[in-house]
Amino acid sequence: MIMENQKLAKQLMKKSKTARYERFGRLLSLSALLLIMAIVLGIIVFVASKGLGTFFKDGISFKDFFTGTLWNPGTKTPSGQQAVGALPMIVGSFLVTILAALLSTPFAIGTAVYMTEISPKRGAKILQPVTELLVGIPSVVYGFIGLSVVVPFVRNTFGGSGFGILSGTFVLFVMILPTIVSMTVDSLKGVPKFYRQASLALGATKWQTIWKVVLRAATPGILTAVVFGMARAFGEALAVQMVIGNAALMPQNLTSPASTLTSVLTAGMGNTVMGSLQNDALWSLALVLLVMSLFFNLVVHMIGRKGAFKK
Amino acid sequence: MNRTQKQSRFAIACLKAVAGFVVLILAFLIGYIFITGLPNVSWHFLTSPAKAFNAGGGIWIQLFNSFYLLVLAMIISLPIALGAAIYLNEYATDNWFTAAIKTSIEILSSLPSVVVGLFGFLLFVVQFNYGFSILSGALTLTIFNLPLLTRNIEDSLANVSDDQRQGGLGLGLSKYETIIHIVVPASLPGIISGIILCSGRVFGEAAALIYTAGQSAPALNFMDWNPFNIDSPLSPLRPAETLAVHIWKINSEGIMPDLTQVSSGSAAVLVLAILIFNLSARFVGRKVFERMTSVK
Repeated sequence: MIMENQKLAKQLMKKSKTARYERFGRLLSLSALLLIMAIVLGIIVFVASKGLGTFFKDGISFKDFFTGTLWNPGTKTPSGQQAVGALPMIVGSFLVTILAALLSTPFAIGTAVYMTEISPKRGAKILQPVTELLVGIPSVVYGFIGLSVVVPFVRNTFGGSGFGILSGTFVLFVMILPTIVSMTVDSLKGVPKFYRQASLALGATKWQTIWKVVLRAATPGILTAVVFGMARAFGEALAVQMVIGNAALMPQNLTSPASTLTSVLTAGMGNTVMGSLQNDALWSLALVLLVMSLFFNLVVHMIGRKGAFKK
Repeated sequence: MNRTQKQSRFAIACLKAVAGFVVLILAFLIGYIFITGLPNVSWHFLTSPAKAFNAGGGIWIQLFNSFYLLVLAMIISLPIALGAAIYLNEYATDNWFTAAIKTSIEILSSLPSVVVGLFGFLLFVVQFNYGFSILSGALTLTIFNLPLLTRNIEDSLANVSDDQRQGGLGLGLSKYETIIHIVVPASLPGIISGIILCSGRVFGEAAALIYTAGQSAPALNFMDWNPFNIDSPLSPLRPAETLAVHIWKINSEGIMPDLTQVSSGSAAVLVLAILIFNLSARFVGRKVFERMTSVK
């Protein structure tokens, strides 16, 4: 009797088949998630360790790297330092990003307001698919159109070779437009209906309601959208590389050939030997790119927190 | 009409003009791509290999590579994304761990694709010594694809009503059994739409592939389907230039005389493929839903 009881107790204490299956499934899905996390950490660690090599292994000072204007790794500047000044690329990247965002934002907000406030029906029927299609067009196709339409246009209108910051800005303007539009639409849709009703009931016109109430309430969301657009512009490689001219010089004006971090990376990585200074310097550019991407993420988070606090 | 009303009318007219302008941009882009590109697309163009120095080359190998890489990347990333999405949507509680994971997925999705490509180059091409190959390319595309696919699957899992889960649990199934046998099948239409949408994005990606799958498309022997032979189309260790990389490559350093024709034709094929992906994402998802639920 006692023996049997003990046996039974043992059986009851043991995990059932289903419970083990449950634990197995849970662990399986958790491990998939941990794998993604490991990849992200891996990317950061790998790129950082390669990128910092320029400074710690090759002994380039941060000051030379971030303020030098001569980029030709492997050779020396007239004053005898290594020519790894990344300022032209950093300036180029920031210039195209900021200009594209400045150009895109009014168009994007206008379109989004039209889609949500003025003609939601036509917005859903025409503009929604239009933005989705624009997002879907691959960046090489944007680059190709930039090369065959935008560059000649800039050349004929503003002179110069047509390659430069301005062409890059036009291409990026179209590329980040749909990103900003769709996120702005989401944030406008998030504004409660009674905000609009209250404003209209007070006698405000439709435009006053849009300008003074809806857009104000949606500001954090719109800012997030713009930052996302900027992050996309900053990291965009091939489309920009195809139209910017790829000369690692300080941009003299908007139509002179210039370069961005991404364009130098894509053009140069294949021509350097792993572990050489030329190669390390390119990895440092990749690190700058990575840090900026993390920074944009941080900004989005901060806007999100602030926006949430206000509500 | 008073001043504010006039102002309102004017502003709304401006907004309409802006929206119209955006539609015009798309119409111009699509029109330009197809009008300049489609005349160059012929059966010969689609089925003959590229030529580096002479006119009359096609894009057959690049097209094949694009699809092969896409299929491989999807096969690798789907189980990982599904597992991650299941954990995030069904198991994860609201704590620091979940927040950290969500942040890392956000970071991954906003990383520039060049950086992902360079990481793939460092890890797969150099460290694992796979060289410029389909395998390196597919693994890199997996990394590129994971965050968006995970989010799409997570969204479609979240759309399944809790009644379904309670039904499963009420019948005595364990949580995992409920997920696998009830929640995932119920969200299948959404998952399929998500996969097709991500396919469009992966299909057009080039920056992540330049230094992983390589920039050359060696001749293939289409009679040999043994994946262990290096000139077999299925060989995972051969370099494989995709269609998107091809467009970039010939525009930056191509020297064939019919460069414009080839690149505009390739661009038209690429955009057409992506249009088909996007349209079928809606259509296929709805069809699967109708078939599974017999709702018309």
